[in-house]
Amino acid sequence: MMRVAIFLALLIFGSTAGEIAMTYGMKATGEPERLRPRELMRFLAKALCNGWFWAGVPLMALSFYALLALLSWEPITFVIPASALSYVVGTLGAKYILREDVSAVRWAGVVLVCLGVALVALG
Amino acid sequence: MASESRLRLKTLVMVSAMVICANAGDLMLKRAMLQIGAVELTVPGIAHAFRMTVTSGTLWVGIFFLIGFMLSYMTVLSWADYSYVMPAGAFGYALLTLLAVVFLHEAVSPRRWVGVVLICAGVLLVGQTKPRTTEVAREVLA
Repeated sequence: MMRVAIFLALLIFGSTAGEIAMTYGMKATGEPERLRPRELMRFLAKALCNGWFWAGVPLMALSFYALLALLSWEPITFVIPASALSYVVGTLGAKYILREDVSAVRWAGVVLVCLGVALVALG
Repeated sequence: MASESRLRLKTLVMVSAMVICANAGDLMLKRAMLQIGAVELTVPGIAHAFRMTVTSGTLWVGIFFLIGFMLSYMTVLSWADYSYVMPAGAFGYALLTLLAVVFLHEAVSPRRWVGVVLICAGVLLVGQTKPRTTEVAREVLA
C-alpha cells in the first residue's frame, strides 16, 4: 500500500511540474497560425528548441516510469483515475505559477473531478 | 465572437485527439505490462522489467499513441490555459472505463461508475469557462 502511495506521488508531482514547464515553453513558442501538417511540423520543431520544454522532459519521464510500475500492480481503472489528483495540484500551479485566471466555475469543476477521484480510489 | 468560437472548436479538436491517443496508449501499456508481469523492486527485477519493456511490441505501440497525445497536448497548450486543457482531457475517463471493461475485462463497481460520472460533470463545468485567460503570442513566421 505504501509503495502505491509513493509511486502515485511521484506520478502526480512529476507530471504536474513537467507539464507546467512545458506550458511555459509552449506559451513562449506562440500559437501556430494554421493547423496544417507542414506548419504544425515547423511549429513543433520550434517548440522542441525551447529550454522550458526540455526542463519538463525528465520530470515527465519520472512520472511515466511511476505509471508503468503502478500499472503492473493495480488495475487501470484505479491507476488512471487516481492519478487525476494531479488536477488539483495542476490547477494550483496554473493559478499561482502560470498566473491563469481560474474562475469559480472552473474551481467547481475541479472539485467535482476530485470528488469523483476519491470515489474511484475507494473502489 | 467568430474568433471565440474558432478558438473553442480548435481546442475541442485538439482535446479529442489528446483523449483518443491517451486512452489507446494507456490501454496498450496496461496490456504490455500484463504480458510482462508485476515489476519486482530489486536491481535484477528492475533490469529484467527494463529488458522486457524495451523489447515489447505492444509497449511500443502504446508509446506511439502517447507521442500523438504529447504532440496534440503541446499544440493546444500554445493557445489555451493549462487549467482548461488538463481537466478537459479527463473527458476520456468514460471512454477509458468502457474500453477497460470491454477489452481488459476489468470489473468496475457502481461506486467507481459514480466517480467517473462526477469526473465527467466536473470536466463539463470546466468546459463552460473561457479556454484562454492569458495573453498568447502569435507565432512569429520565420
